Amino acid sequence: MPIYRLLLYLYPASFRADYGDEMEAIFRIHLRDTRGVARIGLWFGVLQEVIMNAPAAHWDILKQDLRYTGRTLNRARSFALTAVVVTALGVGANTAAFSVADFVLLRPLPFADPEALVRLCEGPRSGGGWGCMNELSPSNYRDFKSMSSSFEDMGAFTGAGVNLVGVGEPRRVEIAPVTQEVLPLLGVSPALGRVFAPRDNDRSAVVISYGLWQSQFGGDSSVVGRTVRLDGVAHTIIGVMPRDFYFPTRNVQMWTALIFRNEDYEDRTNTYIRGVARLKPGVTFEQARADLDLIVGRLARDYPDTNAETGISFFRMRENMSPRFRLMLIALGGASLCLLLLTCANLANLLLARAAGRERELAVRAALGAGRERLMRQLVTESLILTIAGGAAGLLVAAAAVPLFASLVPDTLPIATEPHLDLRVIGFASLFTTLTALGFGLFPAIRAGRGTTFDALREGVRAGGGSKQRLRAVLVAVEVAMSVVLLITSGLLIRAVWRVQAIEPGFRPENVLVLHVALPRPKYDKPLQRVQFYDRILEHVRTLPGVRSAAFTSGLPMVTTGLITAVAVPGREAAPRRREGVSHRWVTPQYFTTMGIPLQRGRDVEDGDRADRAWVAVVSASFVERYWPGQDPIGKTFRHLDDTRTVVGVVGDIKVRGLERTSEPQMYLPAAQAPDPFPGGFDPKDLVIRHSGQETPLASAVREIVHSIDADQPVSNVRPMTQVIAGETASRRGQLQVLGVFAVVAILLSAVGIYGLLAYTVSQRSQEIGVRLALGADPARVGRMILADGMRLAFFGILPGVVGGYAAARGMSALLFGVAPGDPATFATATGVALLTALAGTLVPAWRAVRLTPMSVLRAE
Amino acid sequence: MNTEAESLLPLPPATFHILVALADEDRHGYAVIKDVAARTGGALRLSPGTLYRSIDRMVQQGLIREISSRPARDMDDERRRYYRITPFGRDVAMAESRRLAQMLDLARAKGLAPRKV
Repeated sequence: MPIYRLLLYLYPASFRADYGDEMEAIFRIHLRDTRGVARIGLWFGVLQEVIMNAPAAHWDILKQDLRYTGRTLNRARSFALTAVVVTALGVGANTAAFSVADFVLLRPLPFADPEALVRLCEGPRSGGGWGCMNELSPSNYRDFKSMSSSFEDMGAFTGAGVNLVGVGEPRRVEIAPVTQEVLPLLGVSPALGRVFAPRDNDRSAVVISYGLWQSQFGGDSSVVGRTVRLDGVAHTIIGVMPRDFYFPTRNVQMWTALIFRNEDYEDRTNTYIRGVARLKPGVTFEQARADLDLIVGRLARDYPDTNAETGISFFRMRENMSPRFRLMLIALGGASLCLLLLTCANLANLLLARAAGRERELAVRAALGAGRERLMRQLVTESLILTIAGGAAGLLVAAAAVPLFASLVPDTLPIATEPHLDLRVIGFASLFTTLTALGFGLFPAIRAGRGTTFDALREGVRAGGGSKQRLRAVLVAVEVAMSVVLLITSGLLIRAVWRVQAIEPGFRPENVLVLHVALPRPKYDKPLQRVQFYDRILEHVRTLPGVRSAAFTSGLPMVTTGLITAVAVPGREAAPRRREGVSHRWVTPQYFTTMGIPLQRGRDVEDGDRADRAWVAVVSASFVERYWPGQDPIGKTFRHLDDTRTVVGVVGDIKVRGLERTSEPQMYLPAAQAPDPFPGGFDPKDLVIRHSGQETPLASAVREIVHSIDADQPVSNVRPMTQVIAGETASRRGQLQVLGVFAVVAILLSAVGIYGLLAYTVSQRSQEIGVRLALGADPARVGRMILADGMRLAFFGILPGVVGGYAAARGMSALLFGVAPGDPATFATATGVALLTALAGTLVPAWRAVRLTPMSVLRAE
Repeated sequence: MNTEAESLLPLPPATFHILVALADEDRHGYAVIKDVAARTGGALRLSPGTLYRSIDRMVQQGLIREISSRPARDMDDERRRYYRITPFGRDVAMAESRRLAQMLDLARAKGLAPRKV
């Protein structure tokens, strides 16, 4: 018998209460009438019956509740809509923000056992910085590889651009020359063909990316074995990597073989490669670092001339991102938590308000015999329906919002630009809102079941006690506080972006078009060949309508941030490149005019600065400040590489490394005065044009000129210089957009919260207010009373909000670019906006209170 | 034709049998089970779960109603809940019978059922 009673618990409680005893009685009769084996049959039948009927009974009730919910929500459409919208915003914003944070910060990289993957570069002996501070020389790399014992394998790679000819239009493609260890140690098998094999000395083999395979080869499955020409040299495709494979960054579309010759190991300061390695099983990151630190010490002792100041940058592959990105994402996560909290407060408030209005309805139903369980079940169904609808809408919001976040994914990580929506996050956000909805949705049912319900039936008694009113006030204060926090933090970030944007780059980017025209080696191996190419292009470009001036440079500011070299100034002790770096560019005449870099003294690079004349240089003001402070630099000489240069001009400094970073002093050398041989990386390759017309026709005219001179020469990265500058602040602006949207939503929600609470208060107190007015109270005073209520709510929210905002700002001060975390203007604006919003939410209820007449109150009764 | 009654057709077999069992007298649950089993020669034995789920729904639909409890002699004199068919329940049972009869006529016309004896 107890077993049967237990089985009955599978039925809904209301069903059990109604029919349980009878079912048990019938079962007892059946049991009495059966004997022996037949009893087994009886139990079997009972089990079968319960399995069939109990879920069906639940479903019956659910259907009833759904119908009932449909009817009640249809009657309270504005409530239902508000609840759904509020849930959707909270769930949507959170899902999007956490998806991005999870994608960038937490999710394992798409390689085999990615936690064991580390990166190795040279760095300052004292440490500091993030990511790869300086590149490795092949000889240092060889020593790290052979002397260390912590790694399963180690490989090296570098980066380059090549002109891809032979498939479609000539195209500029980013490639990564990799040693044969690199692709196997990442542990990703190719989608087609193979990767480089150990002791594979074939320099003409290439592996291509999935993206390039699709775009240039149409996904042709017979692509393996095909020949392509890279910078004029024939290469054979040996494999295609899978779709989600990126290394070292997502721009790289091809991997060529990096094979060192003996002469590559000669110069320990010839640094151009980066290391990647896999830790041996059981070796921790810290152990490997200690291992490498010992080697650093030995190399410094053995090669003091070159390695005295050489340390390492050693980091997990996962951590190759600017700390600013990490902080931005954490800040974003914090902001979305604020919004989630605010959403829950708002939802709770809505449900409490509704519960207060329904107390009488529930009491009536309880009085008519509906059990407490039945009422609770009903309310739970209603809450769940609302949150499911809100959650589904939230998913749409999240799907729309995720692309907004793409600029927050650092391009230093080998992952895609855009995360996929994360199911775990959706689950988390839905759970949070569901719990809120359940918690506050059940509140009235619990009260309804407590037996105090008959109070609610009494004529004239208003629902909603004092304690619940206080709870609602606290919730509204929480909403205001959260929105103040969001207003303050986004306000501070706006100030920071303004500050960054106000930084003078040192040149005038407006009306400058830039195009990438990299000349391939060995086709253009001789300096004279290159100079002739530049001359012909520039000669034609300068005749185009709207072109004011044009020049070539070996690197655009903020795009090419490297090209750091050292110079030797007579009478001054030589300092290593690490300590006294100089940023250098090889340029053609008109570069300064075109870029709008002011010439402060002397002259520009001229057509006459050819290889057979005296070799000259133009330097920046800070270069003069460092080497000849207080002296006239014109006519001074210094040595660079193996040549002596004479300073002929001084120009203003520019922000080579970007708006937010400090840059080395700059030096500009005539492209025609280049030594031979000359490293390809130093070649002028960016064409800059100052114009007064339209960019698009100009770009196509330039393309035509280039093609008429060399049909195999691709032109890539065509864009206005202003876009390069905009790229500098893109991640900041991306974050700001998101936070800004959060703040606007937050402030709207808290306005709705204040309005809802006061409107409710006014309707509940209408009788009292009516009586006061009838007794001669001044309507203006009544209005002021309601306004004061609203302002009090705002005040209790703003106070903790300001404190929280300050704490949040302190935490993210690294993002603020020098704006004080307690910036008074921002705090004043944020509190002002919050007060105005509170006022806006208060006005309508106050107006209603003022317009109440004793008659209207009585009529409503 | 009563459209409200029509809207419930076709009735689930259990519902129809319960209406038939209650057509001539008020019965408690166990009596319904026994009546159905007797009339169908033991072919249809309603399980308690099916019975009370049907009863619950039929009460909501207004086909039957509960009348005050009284002692049931065949159930050890425990107090039982008795059910009575409502006029609407009668309408629905008749509508269902008509529907079944029409189906039978159709089948007969095609030789799929025996002629009336």
